[in-house]
Amino acid sequence: MSKALLYDATVCIGCKQCEGACAAQNKLPYSDAVAAEEVQSEHKFTVVLTKGDKFMRRLCMNCGDPACASVCPVGALRKTAAGPVIYDENRCMGCRYCMVACPFGVPKYEWSKLLPRVQKCTMCPDRVQAGKPTACAEICPTGATKFGERDELIAEAQQRIRDNPGQYVEHIYGVNEVGGTSVFLLSSVPFEQFGYRADLTRDPLPMYTYRVLSRIPDFVPLGGMVLGGIWWITHRREEVAAAEEGHQVVARKESEK
Amino acid sequence: MKIKFTFWKLVFLALMAAGFYGTVVRFAQGLGRSTNLNDQFPWGLWIGFDVLCGVMLAAGGFTLTAAVHIFNIKRLQPIVRPTILTAFLGYVLVCVALMYDLGRPYRIWHPLVMRNPHSVMFEVAYCVMLYTTVLSLEFSPIVLERFNLQKPLKIIRAALIPLVILGVILSTLHQSSLGTLYLIMPEKLHPLWYSPLLPVFFFISAIAVGLAMTIFESSLSAKYFGRQLELPILQELGRVLVVVLCVYGILRYEDLLHRGVLKLVLRPGYEMYLFWLEMSLSLIFPLLLLSQKKIRTTAQGLYLAAVLVVLGFITNRLNVSITGLESAAGMHYVPKWTEVAVTGAIIAAGFALFGLAVKYLPIFPAEESHPLAQLEVIGATPVLGHAGD
Repeated sequence: MSKALLYDATVCIGCKQCEGACAAQNKLPYSDAVAAEEVQSEHKFTVVLTKGDKFMRRLCMNCGDPACASVCPVGALRKTAAGPVIYDENRCMGCRYCMVACPFGVPKYEWSKLLPRVQKCTMCPDRVQAGKPTACAEICPTGATKFGERDELIAEAQQRIRDNPGQYVEHIYGVNEVGGTSVFLLSSVPFEQFGYRADLTRDPLPMYTYRVLSRIPDFVPLGGMVLGGIWWITHRREEVAAAEEGHQVVARKESEK
Repeated sequence: MKIKFTFWKLVFLALMAAGFYGTVVRFAQGLGRSTNLNDQFPWGLWIGFDVLCGVMLAAGGFTLTAAVHIFNIKRLQPIVRPTILTAFLGYVLVCVALMYDLGRPYRIWHPLVMRNPHSVMFEVAYCVMLYTTVLSLEFSPIVLERFNLQKPLKIIRAALIPLVILGVILSTLHQSSLGTLYLIMPEKLHPLWYSPLLPVFFFISAIAVGLAMTIFESSLSAKYFGRQLELPILQELGRVLVVVLCVYGILRYEDLLHRGVLKLVLRPGYEMYLFWLEMSLSLIFPLLLLSQKKIRTTAQGLYLAAVLVVLGFITNRLNVSITGLESAAGMHYVPKWTEVAVTGAIIAAGFALFGLAVKYLPIFPAEESHPLAQLEVIGATPVLGHAGD
């Protein structure tokens, strides 16, 4: 039942209407100047990158097991069953661990504000909840960004690669990266050219920290017992030594008599 | 002596003034204007130094309380109080520094009620909070004695061993967890520092720094408060320090070897230079110094080795939190003057509070007897209980 997005760069014409729709949806300013910015920022959640006649979108990958949600100490970021990774600004205390942890560098911060928020694409959770596609997918004139069921989109992407030999890099970006995301990318040029990392692990990142954290419930009682035991032994030894010394003194006195 | 004291007072005032100005900029204009942090580099000096190093430098508290109260090494008793004081001040200052770094510091209590047990940061927050409480309880007898409050003293003393055990557990957890924080970024942190053993490294180095800081502050106290130096005790700490450093060094080597990145230590570049700076300060020079009996047994030699170890592991924490993340971020981070000013003021406050505490509280057993004797002569107060807890 999880929803996802499929972006096919070979169908994209670089019209940037997805950027405008995203800004409108998230009540962010959008102008020609903003359109010219080719970086994600606290006021631009998705970007269409242009390199000659090639295009590539960047947006939050809405990971299946997101590092950002796993590291957030207050649960301000959360993966929903429907797919979107959402953000509750009323919980956030601004530690920015999500920004450090995200393998895609997605969460951005309102550095210029006194009470800043983390800002990122949240895959239009209200629209998805209501059964509608995301704003970017809805407005896309060529169908380059398509909204749908996660499994169906993966099957469709595989089909497109099979049906058009030579047209695509034989890789659906997002299916395996960090355990799988909810945004899939198809491209005719290597993804690294647009700043997507090719060396990402296939393991969900939260595993790396949870392997350690999950030992704590064992460590606390065991550690307490070991330390308590050492304390008992070292002090008992002292008591025994004192008692034995006392005995010897008594014995010596008695023998002197 | 008097001129020197005034000089340090002036330095202190200058640092506090700069820190005050930095504070105003931070809270009136926000993080963007007061730091060189940005979306590529969201954590800087305040996390790398004030929090990571701050917690590490306070590690003497749990190391020494464990040695004296759990392992029953009575010889170390005279230096337990100053290390508890350092640890307590350290943690309080870490909390202060966090208030600067958090985007919305007034929500610092949120982890208490909005729990995410999968988050390392959540665990660190809980441990630091609980351990600061434990430290304030461990520290409280010093204040209670000063004001001769016998009843609460009795209660604290009865609870001392469980408190110490709790403190050691909490410290083990969050000292190592500060390393665990970085486990989630295998692709971002440079392979010279990213290791599945990061939590182990952070923990062992915290013990080394705890010992080194104890030597450091005992030496400083001897110099500035005209106290007798506990040289035999410091020599013993020095011997243990050698063992801890050797264990740490061998583990670091084994880790680099088995992750197949040993060749990186000789690949010229920014990271390599800082790696060797860290290694020379934290391991190579201190071990060379401490391996010489002539140096290991003298106050100056021990002091020098301790200072090097402290500087070396500060470099280590900054390498993990800053150097190692720069190439992934595609930029160099240099803190803004406001960041440095705030950090400087926090360090200065630490030194000043330590000095004040030593002056007005029975921190050192030798000093305590003097005002006590006076009180007894005057006869205004009954005889105080002995410090021996």
